[in-house]
Amino acid sequence: MENTLQRIKVATVNEVPKGIGKRVHAGNYEIALFHLADGNIRAVENRCPHKGGVLSEGIVSGNRVFCPMHDWKVDICSGKVEEAGGGCVQTFQVEVENGDVYLLLEDL
Amino acid sequence: MGREKLVLIGNGMAGVRCIDEIVRIDRGRFDITIFGSEPHPNYDRIQLSKVLQGDTSISDITLNDWSWYRDNNITLYTGETIIKVDPGRQVVYSDSGREIPYDHLIFATGSVPFILPIKGADKEGVTAFRDIKDCEQMMDYSLKYKKAAVIGGGLLGLEAARGLLNLGMDVDVVHLGDFLMERQLDRTAANMLKAELEKQGMNFLLEKQTAEILGDGRVEGLRFADGDEIPADLVVMAVGVKPNVQVAAESGIPVNRGIVVDDYMKTEITNVYAVGECAEHRGMVYGLVAPLYEQGKVLARTVCGLESEPYEGSVLFTKLKVSGVDVFSAGSIIEEEETKSIKAFNDWEGTYKKVLITEGKITGAVLFGDTTEGNQLLGLINQGADVSEYLHASREEESLVASMSKDELICGCNGVTKGAIVEAITSQGLTSVDEVKACTSASRSCGGCKPLVAQLIEHTVGESAQLPEHEPVCGCTSLSRDEVVEAIRDLNLSYTREVMNVLDWKTEEGCSTCRPALNYYLNMVHPVTYEDEKESRFVNERLHANIQKDGTYSVVPRMYGGVTDPAQLRKIADVAEKYDVPLVKVTGGQRIDLFGIKKEDLPNVWADLDMPSGYAYGKTLRTVKTCVGEQFCRFGTQDSISLGIALEKKLERISTPHKVKMAVSACPRNCAESGIKDLGIVGVEGAWELYAGGNGGTHLRAADLLCKVKTSEEVLEIAGAYIQFYRETAHYLERTSKWLERMKLETIRAVVVEDQAARAQLNERLDEALSVAKEPWKEVVESPALRKELYEHVSIPVLSK
Ligand code: SRM
Ligand SMILES: Cc1cc2nc3c(=O)[nH]c(=O)nc-3n(C[C@H](O)[C@H](O)[C@H](O)COP(=O)(O)OP(=O)(O)OC[C@H]3O[C@@H](n4cnc5c(N)ncnc54)[C@H](O)[C@@H]3O)c2cc1C
Ligand code: SF4
Ligand code: FES
Repeated sequence: MENTLQRIKVATVNEVPKGIGKRVHAGNYEIALFHLADGNIRAVENRCPHKGGVLSEGIVSGNRVFCPMHDWKVDICSGKVEEAGGGCVQTFQVEVENGDVYLLLEDL
Repeated sequence: MGREKLVLIGNGMAGVRCIDEIVRIDRGRFDITIFGSEPHPNYDRIQLSKVLQGDTSISDITLNDWSWYRDNNITLYTGETIIKVDPGRQVVYSDSGREIPYDHLIFATGSVPFILPIKGADKEGVTAFRDIKDCEQMMDYSLKYKKAAVIGGGLLGLEAARGLLNLGMDVDVVHLGDFLMERQLDRTAANMLKAELEKQGMNFLLEKQTAEILGDGRVEGLRFADGDEIPADLVVMAVGVKPNVQVAAESGIPVNRGIVVDDYMKTEITNVYAVGECAEHRGMVYGLVAPLYEQGKVLARTVCGLESEPYEGSVLFTKLKVSGVDVFSAGSIIEEEETKSIKAFNDWEGTYKKVLITEGKITGAVLFGDTTEGNQLLGLINQGADVSEYLHASREEESLVASMSKDELICGCNGVTKGAIVEAITSQGLTSVDEVKACTSASRSCGGCKPLVAQLIEHTVGESAQLPEHEPVCGCTSLSRDEVVEAIRDLNLSYTREVMNVLDWKTEEGCSTCRPALNYYLNMVHPVTYEDEKESRFVNERLHANIQKDGTYSVVPRMYGGVTDPAQLRKIADVAEKYDVPLVKVTGGQRIDLFGIKKEDLPNVWADLDMPSGYAYGKTLRTVKTCVGEQFCRFGTQDSISLGIALEKKLERISTPHKVKMAVSACPRNCAESGIKDLGIVGVEGAWELYAGGNGGTHLRAADLLCKVKTSEEVLEIAGAYIQFYRETAHYLERTSKWLERMKLETIRAVVVEDQAARAQLNERLDEALSVAKEPWKEVVESPALRKELYEHVSIPVLSK
């Protein structure tokens, strides 16, 4: 039962530009970090459920990102895909403290 | 008593369309419940062919989205199948244990694809072509495997085969008969079709009976009755469908080939109806949407207790949805003793027409190559019109829509007549195809009638009325491109969020369609002051490299006019080695592409190359191809290389609505392919000819002669004016080929060639925009901030516990 979450600093807030995703490699995880217009920072798995497109390169609108490969729409907060094909991406917890961005991850 | 309960089995095209008619008649009348085995809302099955061919995507073919069900208070169970009906107790049972009572029950269970009962048909890699799942499987296989075999040379088989070709597979089409589409075509048309499809890369095996599917678990090949074998990694069975009647039959509803219905779509069992491909009416089962929609209309009125005309059967017609091939067939097409025919066979242009006449009336037609008369003929067949009407109409030079009578069909799929569309246009002031689609459903299914609808709008509103273009920019707004650009100018709007706020966008931050478009329009209107919004750019243009399927990028440096030298080649070779570039390729645009470069390496690669960006990713000038020309070629009449280089240097880096390609050839042999470029130039003795609006891509279009001039200076000036005029008037993502057709060649010629003053002003505005364009690779190489913001990622190694 060693499934504790690790808290890892990945960036400072101003290193994550608004509206443009940042790719984070952490151990075995490949994560897309987004700084949304409302100021929140969110993290999702960086693989589109359709054909593995890199979500961190997509156009961000509100809390959705449009996959750069075939334009599927993914909700960054829930991880849900809004397309007919369906599916979802894993979301990760983010904490911001004193301008630093932390990810909470299981077993790296 | 509460509302009457209406249950629909089958969430497909015919059933949902019928429900749509019902809620239009009386929205509050029924408690409606729909069951569908597929996990999707109702989508346009017809478009699966286009999805497979890459012309549209699965997300774009939804007909009724989730909100439609919600808004009409319809309970929808997707991914849930009805397994039994008890017509005595009036209850349906689903596979997840649900029991729902009904007052009215509609079967719209469609068809099931027919799978040949041969050995190996259950192997992995054998699929039908019926639903989204099949389509996805084919797309998926095309990524992993190379060889596909399609069994069945009918409509569906050929559309599947074309799709698989587009997906990069080698395709064999296996057909039992000795010519293709024998139910819709005669031998002449079928042979023309076969020749055309062979040209497109299809391979045909006619008169072949498949006996066995080979392979060890997964498909590896086919064996035929004559003993021949072919290899295959994917087998698509497109040999026909059979009505899906199992549940009805097991529940005691009378079934023949389909569920038997009368002229009001009622079965023999009280309160039970059937519509669509599962229904059998007067011995006929229909497999095309047009008749199914007619049935749906009749059933809707019946269920609502209204009087309805009886459904009396339909004339069948077909169009093949394969790009580059126009085939139309309607009515009965088999020549018999008492039929006469009008035939026109033009071997030169590859067109063929056959109109069949029985007792002086038009009863069938086959068109190949040119199908513009298709809908008119269908109308005449439907009316049982006299042949003289057809001959009369075709002799008139008037436009086709003008000569059609009110009752003639424009949209065959949805049964919308010319009269109904004209009515909607005039009473509701419609001006765009999309509006007509929303109001009347015309062009809502296969889309083949869009050009006719557009002509009809033009004809009805009158060309002089100067049709305001009213295609909304995207779903986030109801405003058209022109309205948005006008607002940007008049209200002096200066960034995308402002545009969206002021113009009341429906979404807060737009979408992947409008954001890049607004970014372009703002830049076009305020070239000097506008600050490009990187976050509104598609990844390729944000990063100045083309993203690849695996997330790496490609790098194409400029090689002006396709000319290089040993030093440049050496430099490229060094970079390719240093960065372990997996693929170095000469492109179709006369330059070299380095594929598979990691994002974080891009700035270093550019620094080492020290060449300008070739903008192979941009909405801007891509390449200017040149032929060798008078410097070396014995036929060259002009210096094509120098002019090509001058054009490329003048226009590189200017942002345009879509990409722009050019070419310069030094004689009419046209080795640089100037006839299919956005602007193509051809040298002739003592002059240059300029060709505009060509396209060599998805929709091939030969360029039109714009003008002929004496000097290279004039070419450069007209090219500048042409590009600026395109920048100012085109819709974002509209190539010059479409733009030119919309604007008309004469208008463009009048502005950029004939009106000297306008030409000069356009060039001035172009120069203004060019004056601030920066070389993007150099900018990144020299800016540590940009490199960090856009090209670096965060990397955290595995932590030890
Ligand atoms: C590299 C190249 C193929 C090659 O290996 O030769 C190529 C590669 C791509 N083409 Fe192309 N096209 C290439 C020449 C062409 C040509 C031939 C030409 O330019 O003479 C055409 C037809 C001519 C034309 O455009 O009129 C062509 C018509 C297209 C189209 C269809 C455009 C249309 O209006 O129908 C697309 C799709 C699009 O732009 O939406 C496309 C899109 C693409 C994209 C960008 C697809 C994508 O979005 O990822 C490909 C990028 C590959 C990459 O990662 O670098 N490519 N493409 C050629 C690069 C030329 C260059 O040096 O810049
Ligand atoms: C690739 C392709 C291209 C085509 N091109 C054309 C064209 O160009 N022109 C044209 O006119 N037609 C075309 N067609 C045919 C057209 O799509 C069909 O005629 C039409 O979809 C039939 O409508 P339907 O509602 O009867 O059946 P469907 O659309 O098949 O709908 C039936 C639905 O009922 C569901 N269902 C079945 N049984 C149950 C059950 N027991 N419980 C719950 N749900 C159930 C099925 O899963 C299915 O979703 C094409 C078809 C295909 C596959
Ligand atoms: S390079 Fe062009 S033709 Fe080839 S697969 Fe890509 S888009 Fe299609
Ligand atoms: S991979 Fe994301 S949409 Fe296709």
